[in-house]
Amino acid sequence: MPNQARTAAIVGIHEWPKRLDPDVSAMQIKAASISRALDDAGLTWKDVDGLYDANDGEGGGGLGMAAYLGIKPTVIDTTSVGGSSYEFLAAHSLADIAAGKCNVAVMAHGGKTATQKFATGNRFANSPQPPSWQSNMEVPFRNTTVSSYALVAARHMYQYGTRPEDFAEISATTRYHAMRNPEAVQAMTDLLFADIREITVDDVLNSRMIASPLHLLECCLISDGGGAVVIAAADVARNTKKKPVWVIGNGQATKYRENGGDVTVSAAAQSGPIAFGEALLRPDELDIAMIYDSFSITVACILEDLGFCKKGEFGDYVKGGRLRFDQKGGPALNTDGGALSSNHPGFRGLFLLMEATRQLRGESTSQVPGAKLAVAHGNGGLLGHTHAAGTIILAAD
Amino acid sequence: MPNRPLPRFPEPDTEPFWEATKRGELAYQQCNRCNSLVFTPRAHCDTCGSPDLAWKVSKGEGVIYSVSVVVDRNGDYAVAYIDLDEGFRMFSTVVGVDEPMKNLQCGQRVRVEFEPQEESEYLIPVFRLV
Repeated sequence: MPNQARTAAIVGIHEWPKRLDPDVSAMQIKAASISRALDDAGLTWKDVDGLYDANDGEGGGGLGMAAYLGIKPTVIDTTSVGGSSYEFLAAHSLADIAAGKCNVAVMAHGGKTATQKFATGNRFANSPQPPSWQSNMEVPFRNTTVSSYALVAARHMYQYGTRPEDFAEISATTRYHAMRNPEAVQAMTDLLFADIREITVDDVLNSRMIASPLHLLECCLISDGGGAVVIAAADVARNTKKKPVWVIGNGQATKYRENGGDVTVSAAAQSGPIAFGEALLRPDELDIAMIYDSFSITVACILEDLGFCKKGEFGDYVKGGRLRFDQKGGPALNTDGGALSSNHPGFRGLFLLMEATRQLRGESTSQVPGAKLAVAHGNGGLLGHTHAAGTIILAAD
Repeated sequence: MPNRPLPRFPEPDTEPFWEATKRGELAYQQCNRCNSLVFTPRAHCDTCGSPDLAWKVSKGEGVIYSVSVVVDRNGDYAVAYIDLDEGFRMFSTVVGVDEPMKNLQCGQRVRVEFEPQEESEYLIPVFRLV
């Protein structure tokens, strides 16, 4: 029986439809998305009294964003922990709404990663930033974004006997959903994907190696885009245009490299039980799992750490397409196509909240009939390295 | 001689570590209050918060905790976590292996080697299979 507290709900969302959009700024994406998300809720610009911002976009952040929007919020929260920022911000907005500090909270993301040809993947930045206690111990060895995650995957294989095809199943499941989402298909078209179609485990394993054991089709795409989410107090939420999607549990945690630590265990192992505990739910009761899929290994570790299956056993758990929206026996995974096949402009955590909301409203392109309960789990930073995890549990009425 | 990207200074936490490489030493810290090992270097103990730390020199031997081979147009290379026998974990690379994707794996014994650089007095601690 889920937590009956109904303090605040997601009442409005807007996802920027384009993934390659050279003619807009990240700030324009953020402002326009907030406007449309407020329309989606039936609320107005003047109703906004809480600004939650992840410091993304040109001249954004807590200082710039309110000025750009032209609002004077009573709460300004600028938590920025990478991809999971919006799971943190959603949790903070819930607490502020519960405390009576604000009633209508907005949060937006805008990113121009594709247009700017931002150096990610296997390129390491020769950073103009000052050296740090972390960078100085890493730069000579040419670590990359992908290899950071690959080191976790390699250890997972060694420690648990995980096979490459176990990871590949996650990419195949995500693409299955992406092919049903016209915006994701358009994204892959605009971003010049070759051979856009559903993919098999073999397709994934036959794609080129980027950093062993991770193949190209186990790495997220790099896109423009963004969106916005509006979270409102219960008395507001009861009168908005769409069904409210209640925030019924949340947890946050961080994890980092430690002497003798287990890199296969992510911060989700700490944030998950807190969130599920608040919601009075078990993972197997959920209909939808929106899990940050920067890479196949990210999903693998998080599914285990949230308790969907035992540690080291995600391979058996996801086998045979169990997490596809039209299969029984597990939650539907990343039904928008995820970062692997739909979009990743920078901080993808916002899209997890948006697609979970679409599912609980009945608006997804891979709709699970009667979906009532969802988890959105963001992972910011680098898995196996310094990262921040935010778990949000959502419920329809 | 190789020419790796280099650490940059001033950076007070890591400077003593890199100075030690000029002497061919792999340095780590130990807390004088709680005896915990501290690595990567910093000015406080990350177990108890004490600023009273001692520098020690590792024997430079350990095992590969995890390893990945990055596919690169200038030649594939390995990145690895090395668990040193003293009990600290270092991010580094393993060099001198043919077909590293096939021949490197978790659990292999390695030993440190200090690699001179063209444009720096600092030596880069890399590892080789024992």
